Amino acid sequence: MHVRNRSLALALAAGFALSLGVGVRAPAGAEEPGVTPTEILLGGLHPYSGPASAYAAIGKGALAYFAYVNDKGGVHGRKINYKDLDDAYSPPQAIQLTKQLVEQDHVFAMFDTLGTPSCSAIRPYLNDNGVPQLFVATGASTFGADYAKYPWTIGWQPDYRSEARVYAHYLLKEDANPKIAVLMQNDDYGEDYLAGLKEGLGPKADSFIVKTATYEVTDASVSSQIASLKASGADTFFIFATPKFSIQAMVITAQQSWHPRTFLNSVSASQTIMNLTAKAGGVEATKGIITTVYVKDPSSSDWDNDAGMKLYKEILAKYAPGSDATNGFFLYGMGVAYTMVDALEHAGKNPTRKTLMNAATHLYEKDNPFTLPGVLVHTTAKDHFPIDQQQLGRYDGAHFVRFGGLIEGRGR
Amino acid sequence: MKDTSFGRYLGVALVVAIVALLPRFIPSYAAFELTYVGAYAIGILGLTILTGTSGQISLGHGAFFAIGGYTVAVLGQKLGVPYWLSLPLAALLSGIIGLGLGLVALRLEGIYLALATFALAVSTPSTLKHFRGLTGGSQGLVIAPLEAPAPLHGVLTSEQWLYYVTWLLAGALFGLTAFALSGRLGRALRALRDNEVAAVSFGIDPQLHKTLAFGWSAAYAGVAGAIVAIATAFVSPDTYTVALSLSLVTGAVLGGIDLLWGALIGGAIVEFLPLVVQKVNPAAPSVVYGVALVLFMIFLPGGIGRAIRSTFTSLRLRGTQHARS
Amino acid sequence: MHDFAQQIVSGLATGSIFASMALALVLIYRSMGVVNFAQGEIAMFTTYIAWQLAQQGMPLWLAFPLTIVIAFAGAVALERIVVRPVEGAPQLTVVILTLGLLITFNGLAGWIWGYAVKTFPSPFPTTPLHLGSAAFSSQDLGIIAVSLASLGAISLFFAKTKVGLAMRAAALYPESSRTLGVRVGWMLALGWGLAAAVGTLSGLMIAPVVLLDPNMMQGILVYAFAAAVLGGIESPVGAVVGGLLLGVGLNLIGAYVPFIGTDLQLTTAFAIIVVILLFRPAGLFGRRSMQRV
Repeated sequence: MHVRNRSLALALAAGFALSLGVGVRAPAGAEEPGVTPTEILLGGLHPYSGPASAYAAIGKGALAYFAYVNDKGGVHGRKINYKDLDDAYSPPQAIQLTKQLVEQDHVFAMFDTLGTPSCSAIRPYLNDNGVPQLFVATGASTFGADYAKYPWTIGWQPDYRSEARVYAHYLLKEDANPKIAVLMQNDDYGEDYLAGLKEGLGPKADSFIVKTATYEVTDASVSSQIASLKASGADTFFIFATPKFSIQAMVITAQQSWHPRTFLNSVSASQTIMNLTAKAGGVEATKGIITTVYVKDPSSSDWDNDAGMKLYKEILAKYAPGSDATNGFFLYGMGVAYTMVDALEHAGKNPTRKTLMNAATHLYEKDNPFTLPGVLVHTTAKDHFPIDQQQLGRYDGAHFVRFGGLIEGRGR
Repeated sequence: MKDTSFGRYLGVALVVAIVALLPRFIPSYAAFELTYVGAYAIGILGLTILTGTSGQISLGHGAFFAIGGYTVAVLGQKLGVPYWLSLPLAALLSGIIGLGLGLVALRLEGIYLALATFALAVSTPSTLKHFRGLTGGSQGLVIAPLEAPAPLHGVLTSEQWLYYVTWLLAGALFGLTAFALSGRLGRALRALRDNEVAAVSFGIDPQLHKTLAFGWSAAYAGVAGAIVAIATAFVSPDTYTVALSLSLVTGAVLGGIDLLWGALIGGAIVEFLPLVVQKVNPAAPSVVYGVALVLFMIFLPGGIGRAIRSTFTSLRLRGTQHARS
Repeated sequence: MHDFAQQIVSGLATGSIFASMALALVLIYRSMGVVNFAQGEIAMFTTYIAWQLAQQGMPLWLAFPLTIVIAFAGAVALERIVVRPVEGAPQLTVVILTLGLLITFNGLAGWIWGYAVKTFPSPFPTTPLHLGSAAFSSQDLGIIAVSLASLGAISLFFAKTKVGLAMRAAALYPESSRTLGVRVGWMLALGWGLAAAVGTLSGLMIAPVVLLDPNMMQGILVYAFAAAVLGGIESPVGAVVGGLLLGVGLNLIGAYVPFIGTDLQLTTAFAIIVVILLFRPAGLFGRRSMQRV
């Protein structure tokens, strides 16, 4: 017994002494990571499994667009290889996969990572290591706003706050003293929208907003929340909810005979959603609803003859056959992939992470085929919000009729 | 008897050597992933104590992960408490709350306990979001990453340092558990699990022991949650969904619920099975995962650990048979 | 105060959603003594089958009964093939098995039909009805009516039919039943089939209100558990009453108790489960059972 214990202890000690001689980091390669003469390697994270997996369509849209660009020769003669992994919307998965992508696969940059939790979890690591985190797929304003602390990170879509500010400014023009009720998802999505609404409403925001009700994604129905909101006597209703609950909200509001002026967040305002709402609750439930638009809606017949929409449908049919072309997430994915290709082109024939980041922060992209006509994808070193413009649209029972022209400056 | 002790010491020495030497041969991010394996193994060790030895089913241990993770995060962010202090505090807090839950669990039998802990797991994210003043709400909290201490700069990366801290902790906890369960405590818990009525008539106090098992396992889960939070350098309510609790239990069972070292296998399963499953079927990884669970329960309900042990036992039996003839 | 009336009415409507799922849970528990964690996902999956049939043009009066038959047959097969091997196994094994089924069906539905939300055709008209100032839809009434009808049918089945009695016997006293010629194994399969049928019915009624997506049952499952525990996990009447009480209770708490608000509904459900199991484990309508030492 005694002898064995001693040899065990010796083994332990030896093992530890040996391991202390372990080397530090792998030596840096001479070439830029992720760039070879024939290929550029990008890394991505999307929830392909779990409750958020509807958003995986964004990654698939981007993959299809890159396949299209590769078939046309790629960028500066290099094909884009987009390694898009499933992080199941979980921050621990996200950080581990990111380290793997950066340290094992040596990706050139991370692109279109999705979801506020995952993007927040990996942002410090990527910035510490000088890896570009480009065009994150989330509307949380921190990804554009905190560029001083995180210069390697940049967003793409108009953030939730700016969208809510646009609604607020428009509302105040119509009604100087609105009584506002808000239904919001109980997470950063809803919170960001509410914050933007208050910013846009100005100093009297808290007196205008008479009632706020939250819901969880695990709730069966928002009928209780709607009842409370209606009872507050509000004449204006903001729905900051994901598609399923937005449909419920619109249907139940009509059912409870409440007819406020209603604003619906853009994520849930596709033609498909409005059609579903009309099916479930009657077309009256959809009339007059206001939202903002910055990309083209593939489920709307408005764009049937549009060249960009036709391109989208062709690419999707060829490179992601069997996909439902009316799903706007695919189109979003293509839109942001277009900007990625734009940035790669401007990063030069011998791109480095620095030149790529420089390109991403000096975008002046006028002809993205997937955004609204006239929308400019524009960034500077101090403006990490690429898309600053959006337009209001009002639903007339058949489709959203855009009005008021493009609103500039993210609603400020 | 003598042979098995030697075999056991050899096994332990082998594992220690592998764990100690591995970072020399694998890249830093792989050590990072193995850190998570170690953390999950610690958490699952807690479940082994609770479910394997003491026979109480918990589908809600993710909640203690959350307590551990948020304790470290909040103490670090709001009060500047360093990790070497906040980690034991996280264990303590989880343990105390676990004791409380254990008192409740006393009155719940088998399937009812599973049900109640399932509900706990599902409700954890909303509870975390509700106290947003403390927890930062759904935005989560970014916390300082763990750096290797100054004398080791250049010798170890911070990921390797965390790896060693985690596995040292795991080793210590495994050793402690093995020691504690080999004596009266272990016998008492197992007796209560197998036949509570008989155990009580022998003078074993069920309330004390079962509550203790709950608190003890919760403390381990708190440690595990704290390590995961430190490794990720971020906590958010979405990290602690019911999926976490369920994967802990399934990892524990697949590893072998009544074997201590089954928790090591369980930790590896929790960490790597989703990745493996993604490769098998990227379109529907959860289908593969679910089917795998069902098949395991039908064919290998004792888990991989038990399968390995019975293989060794039958090999040894065959060996002694040969030796005799 | 018309908000109060609306909260009650909405609460009854939501509660009937919980009640219909709770009925299925109670059925499984009565016939097998296990809680089937996969109950909600199986119901969701069969509801998708109905959706698919309706999409192909089948009229609802045919699609719904057909789906229920498919669900019944499928669940019986599932029990015989997948659950039978673990019939005598420790509870933990069975729990993990049903968890595996939960994960499988959820993933399968997502894989086949995708995660985008869909509306579900309702056999009832969508025009709102009014009770004073409180509004609800005929779908809500339909859910309550169907739940009550199922409850009645199930109670009759267990109390008056030979098969029903045999099922109860098989669950409570498997050995003695065997000696009396009851095919215990098939009784268990039947229990699963019935539970799946009731669960499917629940899904078909719920989906027009809650909208169809692979995760639609996950929140509802916990509330259904709470309802079943509240009413008494062995009591079908308890499941329905528990569901309605829970629905109304959660609504009222959410609307009038600002400290809890709508954030903590799941936590409240958890608290209810714990409190009931601690102080009155048989629930409102269950029978107290004692363990003799």
